[in-house]
Amino acid sequence: MITLDNIRTSALVILAGSAILPAAAASGDASRNLWLHLMRPATAETTPNPNGFIPRWIILEPIPANGDTQNAVQQTVKTEHFPNELTVIPRDGDKVTVNGGELTWHAVDTNEYNVNLYYFASAFGKSASNALFWAVTIVNCPQEMSGVRLAIGSNSASVWWVNGREVIGIYGDRQTVIDDGVSKRVTLKKGPNVIRGAIVNRSGAADFCARFLDKEDRPLKGFTVRVADAEK
Amino acid sequence: MKPIRHTQSLLSVRSIMVLAAFVAIWASPAFALDGQVRIHDPSTIMLCDGKWYTYGTGGTPLVSDDGWTWRTGTRASRSGAAPDVIRVGDRYYQYISHGAMIWSKSLDPNSPDYGWQDGGNVFGSEGPDDFINPIDPGAFLDPTDGKLWVTYGSYVGYTRVVELDPKTGKRVDSKFTNVAVNCEATTMIYHDGWYYLLATHGSCCRGADSGYNIRVGRSKKVTGPFIDNMGIDMMEGGGKLVCGSGGRLIGAGHFGLIDLGNGVQKFSLHWEADLDRGGASVLDVLPVLWKDGWPIAGDNFKEGAYEIESVRTGTALELAVEGVPVGGPRSRGGRGAGLGGAAPNERGGGEGRGGAPGAASGGQGGGESGRRGGGFGGGMFGGTSRGPIPPQDVAQVSTNWPIGNIDIRMSNYMCQAQQKWTVTPVANGGGYLGSPYFKITIAGTDRTLAVGEDGELVALPAFTGGDEQLWRIDQLTDGTWRVTPKFASAAKELLALSAIGSSFATLAKFDPASDKQRWLFKTP
Repeated sequence: MITLDNIRTSALVILAGSAILPAAAASGDASRNLWLHLMRPATAETTPNPNGFIPRWIILEPIPANGDTQNAVQQTVKTEHFPNELTVIPRDGDKVTVNGGELTWHAVDTNEYNVNLYYFASAFGKSASNALFWAVTIVNCPQEMSGVRLAIGSNSASVWWVNGREVIGIYGDRQTVIDDGVSKRVTLKKGPNVIRGAIVNRSGAADFCARFLDKEDRPLKGFTVRVADAEK
Repeated sequence: MKPIRHTQSLLSVRSIMVLAAFVAIWASPAFALDGQVRIHDPSTIMLCDGKWYTYGTGGTPLVSDDGWTWRTGTRASRSGAAPDVIRVGDRYYQYISHGAMIWSKSLDPNSPDYGWQDGGNVFGSEGPDDFINPIDPGAFLDPTDGKLWVTYGSYVGYTRVVELDPKTGKRVDSKFTNVAVNCEATTMIYHDGWYYLLATHGSCCRGADSGYNIRVGRSKKVTGPFIDNMGIDMMEGGGKLVCGSGGRLIGAGHFGLIDLGNGVQKFSLHWEADLDRGGASVLDVLPVLWKDGWPIAGDNFKEGAYEIESVRTGTALELAVEGVPVGGPRSRGGRGAGLGGAAPNERGGGEGRGGAPGAASGGQGGGESGRRGGGFGGGMFGGTSRGPIPPQDVAQVSTNWPIGNIDIRMSNYMCQAQQKWTVTPVANGGGYLGSPYFKITIAGTDRTLAVGEDGELVALPAFTGGDEQLWRIDQLTDGTWRVTPKFASAAKELLALSAIGSSFATLAKFDPASDKQRWLFKTP
């Protein structure tokens, strides 16, 4: 595990060039769909897509979780399943132990507006139902950006943090709708900013999308996105 | 043709009746408008240096600082029946029945620019046999070419339009055009390529027996012909209803457009009889709505309990608390359970879809009642055998709500307590054109919608009367509502309640072209 201050600017050496997530090599439709929807990062950093959506995340294999109501989700995300759950900045390939089982963080890029967690889970032989997904990314700003809002959509519930501060929670059985949940105004500081999401899915499809909106509610761009390098 | 002296005699009778009606003093009810609002035939309400002004028959002057609470103002230098006022350039022209015109550069008697100047007589009968009673003038500045016009006439004879010189307010030539018949209190407005002739049908001055009602026809030319929605020319009695009697108010007359910009239009009028003020004739202001190319009277906001729904998202404003289903939590029924099975708070037979309502048979795991089919004995679709489910008791479900401030968000409306708002006018809270300011609280509680120090919405534990807790609610021309905090309603950059995303509301600069700041107030 590393801290924000230790994030390096070098390329994702281990990940670069990989075409598919390791466990997704397993045969079956899920792996093919994963290839369609997600890919391993091939560059050190990337940029928001044309509509401002953040394309790069590092995601933990799902943790079993029940309940998508506000109280249930808040209890789930405030329960520590592994050490430093709300502060960790994971690297690709890092592992954590939850309830005696080992789960792995995976860096992914998406070419879509969203990240498909259903196929992500399937690729690792996991179920996306009754599951908690942790997703982390790092937004690097060339200068301070004030008065912006994190805008997310998720299937189903989700809670989001910007630099450690909880800024959005949306609850219940819901589709991923662009800008479904929008935070109050936040300030992105110059340099790296950690964006963390916890998506709690009850059943069926699971995905999320996230972008920032500027003061005029337009997609925010002008920053880069990276995840922490894999440990060498 | 009837002799002019006939209508003149009627006029004098009317004036006597109107003046007599002003003698009594009545307590002011909450609506419509507050303070001293007794007037007949009000001129179009005009804004001058931050105050609102109108003048009625007999010279009755009314003035208001905010458009809600009115008081007696200062009489102009001349008076008569049914004047109208229009601002053109740096002048306010006042036209009075039978053609007198006066003008001033201010309506505020304390202004150095105040002072009514005599402009002479600018319209009237064109001869002894002219079929017109030249009263009730309505001035109109054409936004397409800057030309100034005045219409006038009465309920016996023609309504006529003549052109005026914008620089002097006087008539430009002897031409005239008759555009309607047997109307009073006419005026014109322009909207989306059409000229609309607003007129008052019926008779006045008989209190609650007055049939005054505001009608409209439209034309592509300022000189008509003005045709109503059924193709009837206003020269032949046509006119689509804009505003008639309703509630405790009888006899609507003297339309005067007040275009506030940003998608908000209102109009001044008088009611012949306000039943809550003993049947007195009173001033009022109502929103203008546009439907299928025709103006109709909207409503000033009425207090009550509402769901507040965003036009942009279809989601409803609510406290950011855990919602509880009405009737209590309930699981899905067993697979194929049909109409039998669990009641609220009773576990169903596990996840799965039951049969369709009334299905003849259920699948495996269905209860006996489901397999019989046809009965509403409970189950996934059958409700509970306990009878009607009462509305959610806010006192019960709010026990788990945080004691202090609560964030505001939006969600699907599910008839839950945190989604029902009571909107109440605030005594002594001031007002705006046509309405008082309101407080917005969760129904059955004192939790108050407010603007927090961070400029975002918040629910305070209790109403304390601050400007950040007072709301102006204006009906837009499409019938939806704009909600503005008092502290920001007069700001240079108008801030309004705004849906941002599907599940969040904030304050943002008002954009009349967007659905983001359009709201529906639905009866919950």
